[in-house]
Amino acid sequence: MLELRELCKTFYAGTVNERKAIDHVNLTVPEGEFITLIGGNGAGKSTLLKLISGSYLPDSGSVTLSGKDVTYLPEHKRARNIGHLFQDPLMGTAPSMTIEENLSLAYLRGTHRSLAPATSRKNAAFFREKLRELDLGLEDRLKTRVGLLSGGQRQAITLLMATISTPKLLLLDEHTAALDPATADKVLALTRKIVRENTITTLMITHNIQSALDCGDRTLMMQQGKIILDLSGKERERMTVEKLLELFRQKSGEQLDNDRMLLS
Amino acid sequence: MSDVALRGAVELGLVYGLVAVGLFLSYRILNLADLTVDGSFTLGAASSIMLTAAGMPWLGILAAVLTGAAAGFVTAFLQTKLKIQSILAGILTMTALYSINLRVMGGKASVNAINLTTVFSFFKDTFGDFGKLLLIGIFLAVVLAALVLFLNTQLGLSVRATGDNENMVRSSSINGNFTKTLGLVVANAMVGLSGGVLAQYQQSADAGMGIGVVVIGLASLIIGEVIFGNLLYFLCKRRTMLTGVISAVCGSILYRIIIGLVLQYNTLPALKFLNITTSDMKLLSSVIVVIAISYPVARDAVKLRGQKRKLKQTDGGKENG
Repeated sequence: MLELRELCKTFYAGTVNERKAIDHVNLTVPEGEFITLIGGNGAGKSTLLKLISGSYLPDSGSVTLSGKDVTYLPEHKRARNIGHLFQDPLMGTAPSMTIEENLSLAYLRGTHRSLAPATSRKNAAFFREKLRELDLGLEDRLKTRVGLLSGGQRQAITLLMATISTPKLLLLDEHTAALDPATADKVLALTRKIVRENTITTLMITHNIQSALDCGDRTLMMQQGKIILDLSGKERERMTVEKLLELFRQKSGEQLDNDRMLLS
Repeated sequence: MSDVALRGAVELGLVYGLVAVGLFLSYRILNLADLTVDGSFTLGAASSIMLTAAGMPWLGILAAVLTGAAAGFVTAFLQTKLKIQSILAGILTMTALYSINLRVMGGKASVNAINLTTVFSFFKDTFGDFGKLLLIGIFLAVVLAALVLFLNTQLGLSVRATGDNENMVRSSSINGNFTKTLGLVVANAMVGLSGGVLAQYQQSADAGMGIGVVVIGLASLIIGEVIFGNLLYFLCKRRTMLTGVISAVCGSILYRIIIGLVLQYNTLPALKFLNITTSDMKLLSSVIVVIAISYPVARDAVKLRGQKRKLKQTDGGKENG
């Protein structure tokens, strides 16, 4: 499904600030797998997702999606098959356009934008249906400008936009981190529901080790641009937060920023 | 204001209304300050007047639209492919166009087409005094209807989203560079049309006629939004592409009426010492734009000062007590 080969990315190469963000990463993700990705600040988690989505282009290595080499494909072309959510809930929606218009744009993803009307009654009914599933009372507010909604509502809509025409791959970059705990739980539950119902291959970055172990099928830990731990199956089922932190100390010889990770 | 002067103001307002609507697209919707306008306006006028002089006024209007669109394309290319900042890209095109416009006009700074057949001739002969107004109205109605319909298509929606959130546009698999280019091409085509119609309306074009058009357009757009935009919002309880476009045109008409009034009454004792002439209108336009854009900042600063003073007073009260 998704295949990363010897992927490398260095920022500010040749200057004193040179930083190897991604260092020869290899990863194979089978179809339908839900991976959670953890690691300290600057470990390269976000960069890895951006290399997959095309926001950054790698220095070397390759990215293959469904057997097709997409390493240097522009971001907007890759977006046909990839949904990408960020920590900032404002990034995924157009504030001065209505919920209906935002969803319409997302619904047309991968198709050719024509001179046909942007909104239709048939689509509106479908969107209302989908919004009802979010259970945030947004189904009657199709004509509301997205800029008037709260961060949590906007992130939920972004999630809906990313998945409304089912993507092959969903990238979640701490998409609940900027939300209050109750809303974050709700958005996370929604994410799990949508991913499970559509069996979308998913990579999710989280700072919450507990939810990294609770969600999905496989957990990766990154450190200094490398994947240093790859947990799945029985080993992962038996894993606890304490054991994981201990493993991290052994593997990296460093103390993990565990206060933030445990408390978040 | 006499009937003739008022009709003249409305006619000019409608012609320049195309510029205001073009800026509505580039400045409001795409969120780009597009200075190409000063050049593409003159380019449209130059193309139009030359073809009128050659006896092909309708072809002149078509040429004005196409050359304006081409100017917009060049600016968009500089911005999206060569990564030149949007303002600088516009300035570069505008400056380059100054030379090109002179070449289009055969090296002369101004060209007349007096007593030649223009697109207005037929309408003036058939409908009399209101003929010009009728034709301008038709132009405007067709262009605005097409624009509003376009902005509500799938493609138009992508253009609108580009100015709103480019990140979201990319992740919806839309090529943001393409939509930006499309928007600038359409906006400058409208500006070119405005210049082309104006040239035949006044039967002349000159190389300096585009100077300050972008600011005049912005002033009209802002006047329109403040007065008519809010009025329409009050009446129909929502803001749509249609209300935005209509308020821009109304703003342009009001702008011309204001100018007419100022010029008519500039000999009044209260205004006489200022000695206002037509050439002062660009200063007035700039001032209007500055005030309109800085108004929210000034309002917040005044409000904050009030709050600070209030806090100081209550704090002082406690200390004394």
